[in-house]
Amino acid sequence: MSSRLLDVEGLSIEVDGTPLVRDVSFSIDAGQRLGIIGESGSGKTITALSIMGLLGENLVPSGRIVFDDRNLLDLDEQAMSSIRGNAISMIFQEPMTALNPVMRVGKQVVEALRRHEGIAKSDAMTVATELLDRVGIDQPDRRARSFPHELSGGQRQRAMIAMALACGPQLVVADEPTTALDVTVQAQVLQVLRDQVVSNDAALILITHDLPVVASITNDVIVMRDGYIVESGRTAHVFGSPSNSYTAQLVDSVPPMSRAISAPAKPPSNEPESDAIVDINHLRKTYRLRRTSIRDSPPMIHAVDDVSLKVHEGETFGIVGESGSGKSTLARMMVGLTKPTEGDISVAGIDVSGTKNLRPLRDVVQMVFQDPMGSLDPRMKIGDIVAEPLRSLGHDGDHQSRVRSLLDAVAMPADVLDRYPHEFSGGQRQRIAIARALAPGPRLLVADEPVSALDMSVQTVTLDLLRNLKEQFDLTLVFISHDLSVVHEICERVIVLDGGRIVEQGPVGTVFGNPKETYTQQLVAAIPRLDGAVAATGSALNVDRPPPS
Amino acid sequence: MYVIRRIGVYAFSLILASILVFVVMSVLPGDPATVMLGTQATPESVAVLRSELGLDRPLVVQYLDWFTGMIRGDLGESVFTGQPIGPQIADRLAVTLPLALMALTMTTLISFPLGVFAAARHRTLGDTVVSVLSQLGLAIPAFWAGLMLITVFAINNSWFPASGFPGWDESVSQSLRALILPAFSLAIVQSSIITRYVRSAVLETLREEYIRTARSKGLSKSQALWRHGLRNAAIPVLTILGLQFAALLSGTVIIETVFVLPGLGRMLLDGITGRDLPLVQGGAFVIVAFILTINLLVDLSYRVIDPRVRQQ
Repeated sequence: MSSRLLDVEGLSIEVDGTPLVRDVSFSIDAGQRLGIIGESGSGKTITALSIMGLLGENLVPSGRIVFDDRNLLDLDEQAMSSIRGNAISMIFQEPMTALNPVMRVGKQVVEALRRHEGIAKSDAMTVATELLDRVGIDQPDRRARSFPHELSGGQRQRAMIAMALACGPQLVVADEPTTALDVTVQAQVLQVLRDQVVSNDAALILITHDLPVVASITNDVIVMRDGYIVESGRTAHVFGSPSNSYTAQLVDSVPPMSRAISAPAKPPSNEPESDAIVDINHLRKTYRLRRTSIRDSPPMIHAVDDVSLKVHEGETFGIVGESGSGKSTLARMMVGLTKPTEGDISVAGIDVSGTKNLRPLRDVVQMVFQDPMGSLDPRMKIGDIVAEPLRSLGHDGDHQSRVRSLLDAVAMPADVLDRYPHEFSGGQRQRIAIARALAPGPRLLVADEPVSALDMSVQTVTLDLLRNLKEQFDLTLVFISHDLSVVHEICERVIVLDGGRIVEQGPVGTVFGNPKETYTQQLVAAIPRLDGAVAATGSALNVDRPPPS
Repeated sequence: MYVIRRIGVYAFSLILASILVFVVMSVLPGDPATVMLGTQATPESVAVLRSELGLDRPLVVQYLDWFTGMIRGDLGESVFTGQPIGPQIADRLAVTLPLALMALTMTTLISFPLGVFAAARHRTLGDTVVSVLSQLGLAIPAFWAGLMLITVFAINNSWFPASGFPGWDESVSQSLRALILPAFSLAIVQSSIITRYVRSAVLETLREEYIRTARSKGLSKSQALWRHGLRNAAIPVLTILGLQFAALLSGTVIIETVFVLPGLGRMLLDGITGRDLPLVQGGAFVIVAFILTINLLVDLSYRVIDPRVRQQ
């Protein structure tokens, strides 16, 4: 009999004869915390799902997954479902879609207990309240009676953790449990996850693409690529001195700020002396919410609240903030996609807030969006996508050769002209989106989370590309992100937004290296670092706000 | 707040619909007075009749007169029979409404189990059989299905009457029996449509991540489907059911003809061919009002099923 809790031996997973996971072996002991690192397509998630026996019907596993002296791959559906949620449980990535929207949270949290331990329906809510209390949800009795959409992202993920730990499992499998969360909320949720797993004496398998997250919570790590394990060992050792070139590449792609607790110094860059290309004065955007009763006036949300700033010709200007901070609204107002409620914006001398004719503005400012799949028309050829701004803005000249040179500039081969967006990877699509934005020859590029949807190594390549294009095309770049490390890497000056207001601004090195405001300090402290040190703990932070209702 | 707003929209739609029904009917060519007097009429006699009927007054006055009358429950009189229209429509509704409800109930009872079954057995023989059946059901015209049902269940075996309607005062049970075959003919087509919607809604739901979460808690596939899937799948299906019910109310004329039922559809058809303007106006408005009411009920029932709608 093996003393191992879980032994995966020679696991392969195929779909229609194509291998997705190849000959993967690893094991985990009770109380151990193991990370599985990999980019999209590495096979990390289906490895996890195969342990749960939840692979799709067309995915065929082979090999052995031994748990409790039984090969899980041999068990029938009934035996497997008595293990699921009981001895082995799982935490999923996106707690909004992973929770049933029409069932009360408490009911979902205790469902596993009702299934495996048969607790009475009348006790369900009491038990649910206790479980929610344990993962640090305030007003747990109220939250147990809420529906998922009434909770914040962090609360939902805490509820997922409570749900997974309800039956006291020996093994918890967490698939990207914090990827959808803001950095400060991520820090809290990671803390809860670690505390709960430790206090339950459970083992943890954490699957993520995020190296610093793995570093902050696991003892051991496996690196996967194209279905193979390329490297494994103690987390600190693997990240400290990777022996595999792919691991080394991953480690290299981690921005300096996410490496060690003391962020590397960046030469201070003062406000440049060039002319301001963007000049924003006392800008406000207010949204009116629906009335809740006839008597009260409708509640207002100040998405952007009295923001003034100048972006100078030729600089890379960062806007950071968490979800709901107003950064995207601010970006959309800069390019004239959203009308401000109050205040002035002038871009390259064009009065964006005052004029109705925004055509001239489109020649000067272009935008790159976050999701390169959603922002490209799936039924348009790449050549037409890139040429469209030229046509719609009435540019003369040879569109074909201009499109070719643009695609060349973003390192896409010329033979892509007649192909469609779905034929390309996320990174390639984002390059196409950048080429399209550059088509009318803008002076200012506003990029809203341009690398957030990309794998870490692709992020690095895309950031390098943006930097080069900026030089080549003489651009000014406004770079919006929730990711401080990325902003730290590419930007010279930055503003930090919270609740629509500028909390702090200045050269990136100063703002992130020596933050003055508590909020910025919290943001910086919450970044998981590759050296495993997470300074902030859940209790120190309380910025997890429920959604506006 | 939402409920108040929604009811306000409902009231506004009703008024707008009444104007549309009235104006469209009035501007259509073919004056009731001319039709009543036939081809031999002199212009003078037509003018006299027009003024008797009040057709020479301004359109706005006619509309207000009609609308205020309707609020009091007075829809005017048929230009041919001279009978008040209100009671006439009520009599007809007493046939068409139970017919539509019965067809809808049968549709629900047939299509939900079949649709869920097909989705749960996606890409198996059972799924294919359901698919073929629903294709057939769509392809068969309702009147032909009615005739077949009459042949089998009324002529070969006299389990149900072949045609006619005794009336609720006469005999409730006989009246119900008279509606079963026509309702079933309607349900054949309807349930073919709804089965496909139920199937795709359930399939969609089964791909949702919360179903996977439910399974990760140890629920079997069917437990996950029953506890987490059905309520979510019901939301899109409800919309279609509401629309289909509306279609049933106004679209039963063929089946009413096949089974010789004194329903609303046939009354309207007679009214249209006979240019009985007040009758058609009244009938059309009653149908529109029913459809708007059903839409209101469907929208309000979302709030019961889906807590996210409640919050908005």
